[in-house]
Order: sequence, then C-alpha cells, then structure tokens
Amino acid sequence: MAQSLVKEFTKGLWAEIPPFRLVLGLCPVLAVTKSVENGIGMGIATTFVLIFSNLLISLLRNIIPSKVRIACYVVIIATFVTIVELLMQAYTYELFLKLGIFIPLIVVNCIVLGRAEAFASKNGPIFSIADGLGIGLGFTLSLAALGSVRELLGNGTLTIWDGLPVFHMGANFLPFKFMVEAPGAFVGLGLMLCIMNLIGKK
Amino acid sequence: MREMINMIVVLTVLTAFSGGLLAVVERGTANKIEDQVLKFQKAPAIKAIFPEATNNPLAERFTVQDTEGDKLQVFPGIMADGSKAVAFETKGTGFGGPIGLMVGINLKTDKIIKARVTTHSETPGIGTRAKTDLSFVNQFSGKGVHENLALKGDNGEIDAMSGATVTSRGVSIAAIQAEKLYLKLKPEIVKHMK
Repeated sequence: MAQSLVKEFTKGLWAEIPPFRLVLGLCPVLAVTKSVENGIGMGIATTFVLIFSNLLISLLRNIIPSKVRIACYVVIIATFVTIVELLMQAYTYELFLKLGIFIPLIVVNCIVLGRAEAFASKNGPIFSIADGLGIGLGFTLSLAALGSVRELLGNGTLTIWDGLPVFHMGANFLPFKFMVEAPGAFVGLGLMLCIMNLIGKK
Repeated sequence: MREMINMIVVLTVLTAFSGGLLAVVERGTANKIEDQVLKFQKAPAIKAIFPEATNNPLAERFTVQDTEGDKLQVFPGIMADGSKAVAFETKGTGFGGPIGLMVGINLKTDKIIKARVTTHSETPGIGTRAKTDLSFVNQFSGKGVHENLALKGDNGEIDAMSGATVTSRGVSIAAIQAEKLYLKLKPEIVKHMK
C-alpha cells in the first residue's frame, strides 16, 4: 500500500505533470507566469484546492448521486476556491492583487475537476490526498519553471517572495521584453513541452 | 422518485454545508481583510489625495452616523495652509462588481480635491484604466459638490472612457453618491473635526 501511495504521489511530478503531460489548465499557466513568485503563488493556491476537493469528493463518493455529480464537484471546488481567495486577501494581499481574476477562475480549472472525476470519485481519501498533493506540486513546479524562464529572460531577475529579487542578471543584461508578454508565454510553454517530449522519448 | 429525492437532498445538504463553511471563514477573515484593504488600497489613495497633509489621516480616521443610521468612515486631512478636508470611500457598480472610489473634499470650499479608484474587479486593460489612467478620475478634481457628476451620455459633465462605459458609469455613480453623503453628513463631520 505504501508503495502505491508513493506512486500516486510521484506520478503528478513527472508522468502526469499537469501542463506538460496532461496539457490541462493552460489558461492560468500562460497568464500568471510572468514571474516565479506569481507562478508559485498560483500553484500553491491550486494545490490547496486540489487536496481538499479531492479529499471531500473521495469521502462523499458513495453518497453523491452520479447524475448530479458534476454539480456537486463544482460546489465543493468553488467552496474551497472561495476559502483560498479569502485567505489570500487576509494574508497575502499583494499576491492576491497580482493574480487577480485567476484565483476565482481555479473553479473552472480543468485539472481540479479532472482529478475529481478521474481519480477522487473512484479512490479512497488517503490516495486522493496523495494524488491531489502530487498533481498540485507538479503544477506548482511547472508554473515556477515557466515563470523563472520568462522572468529571467524578460526581466533579468528571479523573484521568489515579496517582490525582492534573489538573483539579478546584472546591469549589462538587456531584458528580452517579449518573454513577459502574452506571446512569450506560448513560446516558452511550447519550448518546454518540446524539451519534455525529447527527454520522454528515450 | 426515490432517486430524485436523493439528488435533491444531497445537493441541498452540500450547498447548505458549503454556505455555512464560507460564512465561518468570511467572518474569521473579515477584520484581517479590512486591514489589508486599508493598507494596500485606501492608504495609497489617501496619500494621492492629501500629498501634503500635516496630520495622519489614516490614524485619525473616525466614523460618523446620521439620524437615518448611515455610517461612513472618514479620513480627515489638514492641508499645509491649515485648511481642513475629508476623504471617504463610496461604491458604484461597474462591469465586474463594486468599484470603490475614494473622494477627497475640501470642507471650506465644498470642492472635490481628487478622486481615486480603490478596490475593483474590472476587466484587465479595459475597466482597470479607471485606476491606472488618472486622466479619467482627474475630471472630478475641482468640481463642486452641487455639480452634476454624471457621464455626458447621461446628461452630466464627465467624459466616459472609450470602450469602458459601464466602468465609467460605476465610478460616476460612486462620485454622485459621495456628493449626496457629503451634503448629508457634513454637519456631523464638522462637529467631529473641531
């Protein structure tokens, strides 16, 4: 049991890493990865929602009638998203302002509903938490990776927390502004998918 | 029939439980969120309205109440030349929900000093110009509290932002609301600031 639990957790980190392998939830991936900080913040918020919605849906999986299951999942997911939104407003207001509309939009993120439908509705609560944690961390890592590439090239900095850059390319570095604009997100994501597929081919 | 009742019961219990949970979280975070809004939204707006205040408008804020029970949080400002002014926030409905507008009014001349947008949930790049592009809200500067602050399309004097009429109207409604509240509560405010 312990072994398969680890498997459910680690699959989210590589084999089913959301934006690259499942290619789900691309809207926030493209929109918020202007900096590492935004990427990590969005990732953690999504992870929180994933863990709790997976847990609750898994606990209620035998009670929820199959005909109204999607409605029930959406109610559960929306509740946790609103909790995240309130908590972010209360404790990380600046990050909340930067992420803006993308926090409430986690409700319609395919990853969360996808995990509810594909995993939590068929598995026990402990496995569902492992699945949510794995997929959520995978999502966070992907956002952080894409965010760091875009921020490094587009702005010449790396910012992890509170707007303070932990790394700076130096005064001679000319920022490649294209990377922090919307088209840069597509190019960055495309190239990363490309690299992922190259590695996966072996 | 049994199946239908089952569905109704599950959905009802689930939504009721969610509602209850959210109410608890909302209540638990309300004070904290108010502090954050004060720090990150109202404070910069007040700083912009009273750049040279000799007092601390945030620390000296007070609440006034009229006979009808309308409450208003007021930020007093004392100008470099000693004249007194107040700033307070009103709400109008924009495209994505309520828009907060912080309005500063000079108590002596009854004229608007400046207005600034605070909290909002408008469309990025379109409605958000109300906050980022100051040329729209600067139209309120210098207007008297008896002037018509409606949009030109609504027979007023304010130019709407092109492409963002609903947002512009929301801001204008907040400004008109501010005029009304000011006229109604001025005696109370003056009494408080003596």
